[in-house]
Amino acid sequence: MAAVEGAIERARVVARDVVAPAADDVDREARFPKEALEALRAERLLCLLVPERLGGGGASLTEVARVAEVLGRACASTGMIYAMHQIQVACLVRHGTTEAFERYLAEEVVGRQALLASATTEVGVGGDVRTSLCAVEEHDGEVRLEKRAPVISYGQEADAVLATARRTADSPASDQVLVLCRRPDLVLEPTSGWDTLGFRGTCSLGFVLRASAPASHVLPEPYADISSRTMLPVSHLMWSHVWFGIADAASAASQGVVRALARKQPGVTPPAALRLAELMTVRLQFESLVRHMARRYEEISADLDALDQMSFAVAMNSLKVAASTLVVDVVGRAMQICGMAGYRADSELGLERLLRDAHGAALMVNNDRILANSAHLLLVAREAG
Amino acid sequence: MAETDDQIRQVLREHAKLPVDAGSIGAETDLYAAGLTSHASVNLMLALEDAFDVEFPQSMLRKQTFQSIGSIREALDSLVRTVAR
Repeated sequence: MAAVEGAIERARVVARDVVAPAADDVDREARFPKEALEALRAERLLCLLVPERLGGGGASLTEVARVAEVLGRACASTGMIYAMHQIQVACLVRHGTTEAFERYLAEEVVGRQALLASATTEVGVGGDVRTSLCAVEEHDGEVRLEKRAPVISYGQEADAVLATARRTADSPASDQVLVLCRRPDLVLEPTSGWDTLGFRGTCSLGFVLRASAPASHVLPEPYADISSRTMLPVSHLMWSHVWFGIADAASAASQGVVRALARKQPGVTPPAALRLAELMTVRLQFESLVRHMARRYEEISADLDALDQMSFAVAMNSLKVAASTLVVDVVGRAMQICGMAGYRADSELGLERLLRDAHGAALMVNNDRILANSAHLLLVAREAG
Repeated sequence: MAETDDQIRQVLREHAKLPVDAGSIGAETDLYAAGLTSHASVNLMLALEDAFDVEFPQSMLRKQTFQSIGSIREALDSLVRTVAR
């Protein structure tokens, strides 16, 4: 526990000294936060989730999520990149139980602090990540894959990409596997740019992905199981921690503004203080939500029966929808409190960047898609999640 | 048993949206590998509950229960036995 406390503390130092000072430039230029990643590598925070026996940090998912939150508080893009990397690592740690994957984790993720990205969406599937058009082709122990990915966040900077594909050329669209595609056997040809309102530093361009890999780098379990037991719940957990970091940055900014107002007229409680008290009640709901759901996942993370329950899937969907709604709520309240000072694009409060980032949360994997999935599951689920 | 399996196949044919005909699916064939999506599996559960007049308890509402015709039959059998008792 002491070592892990150390990890969160190390992340705070990196966030303060490296991530926060670069955040405005990363946002303005829509560029990859490379100084942040260098610092995270130097602090060995990319392999935090890898078990100690493979040389990693041996941290729990809760602890890694807290690191993502600390980073997201300083720069949402850096927080999201860290979160997305850890989601991929979690898939390998939990489902890559073969010798080939353990060697990859020890040598590349720990040894070289490799950065992992994800290619689960595909042009032509209508956003349904549980179906693929592209297929793995296997010849003599080697697999090949070509995929048109509308988005691969920080693809150009990643050392490897985990991509979904149909198991074989004859497999139905829903029979998917997850393939570890490494450079230099991975080539990404950009097909679109990335000039968005928020999360600008994630550089989430579209690509045509072409890769070859040893057959041992296809995860043995069906992607359906990896998705429901790890990829989806861990994504929603990691993202919601980053978004809570955004909300926390906004509430800290508004607290500073109210304090400054109060100092001008000691003895008079500024009207905005009431709004701050309201904001703090919403912030508490948000914080309680992410802490509780992290604990809930940890409690059942090894219990396949519990992970496969529909009520669990609905609960993790609800976490994503709630967290992405709460972040907009908190940042909006902070804006109200800070007034025109917060509304200025050149303000040191930085609220305008937080506002733009906050609105991305409901759109990246659209909440409507997630709610539709829950709605369908609830037709048969028996109990509330 | 064969009769139950055929009834299950009929439900599969109407609701599972498989790319192959349900009649050609063996009792132990993996339905997910045969193209059953998670979305279609929910419809399948609802249709099975209607066809067999049962209600799957929470503990059965997971992927493994609907993995094959055989696993569906076992789940249905256990429910029917519970009702009969």
